[in-house]
Amino acid sequence: MSATFLGMPGDFPTNAARAVKDSQLRYNLRKATHTIRGKRAAVVDELPDWHELRAAGKAVKDETLRHLDRYLLQLEEAVTAAGGHVHWARDAAEANRIVADLVKATGETEVVKVKSMATQEIGLNEALAAEGITAYETDLAELIVQLGDDFPSHILVPAIHRNRAEIREIFLDKMGDAPPGLTDEPAALAEAARLHLRERFLRSKVAVSGANFMIAETGTLVVLESEGNGRMCLTLPETLISVVGIEKLLPTWRDLEVFLQLLPRSSTGERMNPYTSTWTGSAEGQDFHLVLLDNGRTDVLADEVGRQALRCIRCSACLNVCPVYERTGGHAYGSVYPGPIGAILTPQLRGMSSELDASLPYASSLCGACYEVCPVAIDIPEVLVDLRAKAPHGAAERAGMRVAGWILNDQARLARAQHAAIRLRRLVPKRLPGPLSAWTDTRDLPEIPDESFRDWWEREG
Amino acid sequence: MSTRQGGAREEILGRIRRAVEGAPEVEIPRGYRTTTDVADLVELFAERVRDYRAIVHVLPAAGVPAKVAELVAGRSMIVPDGLPAEWAAPAPGVDPRSADGVLTGCAVAIAETGTIVLDTGPGQGTREQTLVPDYHLCVVRADQVVGGVPEAVARLDPARPLTWISGPSATSDIELNRVEGVHGPRTLEVIIST
Repeated sequence: MSATFLGMPGDFPTNAARAVKDSQLRYNLRKATHTIRGKRAAVVDELPDWHELRAAGKAVKDETLRHLDRYLLQLEEAVTAAGGHVHWARDAAEANRIVADLVKATGETEVVKVKSMATQEIGLNEALAAEGITAYETDLAELIVQLGDDFPSHILVPAIHRNRAEIREIFLDKMGDAPPGLTDEPAALAEAARLHLRERFLRSKVAVSGANFMIAETGTLVVLESEGNGRMCLTLPETLISVVGIEKLLPTWRDLEVFLQLLPRSSTGERMNPYTSTWTGSAEGQDFHLVLLDNGRTDVLADEVGRQALRCIRCSACLNVCPVYERTGGHAYGSVYPGPIGAILTPQLRGMSSELDASLPYASSLCGACYEVCPVAIDIPEVLVDLRAKAPHGAAERAGMRVAGWILNDQARLARAQHAAIRLRRLVPKRLPGPLSAWTDTRDLPEIPDESFRDWWEREG
Repeated sequence: MSTRQGGAREEILGRIRRAVEGAPEVEIPRGYRTTTDVADLVELFAERVRDYRAIVHVLPAAGVPAKVAELVAGRSMIVPDGLPAEWAAPAPGVDPRSADGVLTGCAVAIAETGTIVLDTGPGQGTREQTLVPDYHLCVVRADQVVGGVPEAVARLDPARPLTWISGPSATSDIELNRVEGVHGPRTLEVIIST
């Protein structure tokens, strides 16, 4: 994988147009997103206090962000007091440097990894490879992605775009010890991965993880997972290095009572994920390092509307309900954060200087389903609209909007324009010429009626 | 000791302070349930654990030793120190990499979510011992079962490493089909002692 994941080349509309032609991808995505949507709805409906939990989750995160400096210092003190080491990284390069140096100091050249968005965001595996260190992903989906020389396409289920037959092919091709008679039964595929990774877990001396939450008050880190690969990496190696975004903080131990209800139900649609591990500092004698990562987060924090994206707990519920994601898949977003949350987080973290990042605020129909399901009530449509206003706009679009504003701001002008449009409607082409074609390439022009509403109202009213 | 390489810490803290300057204070509404009104905690816990395809037995305390003996027969089991002597004789030195299974108690259990929490306290072994063997037999006393997540969080000590277990190891990475047994124990068997 490349150090900075830019997905397919081009902007979102180009990527999306290519993805929707892939009928296998559309089938895999539709099946997966609809399955998980149904499960989520059922377990959320079980809780009579879901709205109260959501309101508390939103407020706890906002409060954390409001006093992030204070809570980070409190966390640092608690982790250090419990025998851990805290490092601060302004950007991806600095974080990668810190991790590479820590691994080298152990004398090891291999690390096992727990699935982590933060380390994907900074391209850690590639940075380690450049230093002669091999990073092995141990989450089944990440393993499928890594073996397939592919990119993740979903926050929770990175290989959601692959079906069982495709996964079997990848294992037979790329996993040296795959059993020759491997079938495409999910149980058989999981068993093959278990055998493939077992020895690696038992001999690895260094592990790298992220974290779902960090508790400022106690210095505790929290990882939620399903397979047990997380537990293997977090407990067996002698050295554990966790790379965590500075926004993953919660002020108090008690706050877990909210988030351990919100996250699993929103994410996998389960009452609880199979395994949650918490540890504080150097647990059971392990050498523990925490790398606190900024990498653009403080820029997001500085935006009054956009900062709510930092509440995100990476549950991926917004992806699973999004009609745009369901048809385009995750690769079209060109970032480790796909779907609606990616459409607001990526352009804020990276800025909108590339064509792709400037197009992401438009990767939405603004239907609002993402806001409805978000367990921390991030108003994604609001942020999308705000980012659209900030995104660079072409000269033709700006001119068009100025003309539209001039017409719509004056009743008499609007009436004259409508009459002109009605008279000329047979002359309007299906696609607009020149730079205006950018508009009609992705939209059908509305039919112009033979009478304006105002005229009809005058006549009938 | 913290690494303060090249002023990264001060720079990040400075950026944060500038970013939130003048932002409003936030009140946290805690109107959600902090106690869970459940008529029969044991029954709900048993039902929810079974939902994860774990094997569950509900027994009076007097019946536990015989059931444990029956279930561990023929297996090489890790039995950590600190379990009630009548359940099984301690065998803490067994290598988890060659053991067939592990027998533990727990710190807390949550009825609403069917979750067992281990905190490496007496009778719970190390995190490695409850992870590497393929079979986990856990005895939960009825008085350890609480209603919901808030009651469990309040009972637990964050200074201890915790493992929250909700069913056996599972993955949903292949077409979102749940498959039990990837890296953790493939079989979770629970005895609830009433």
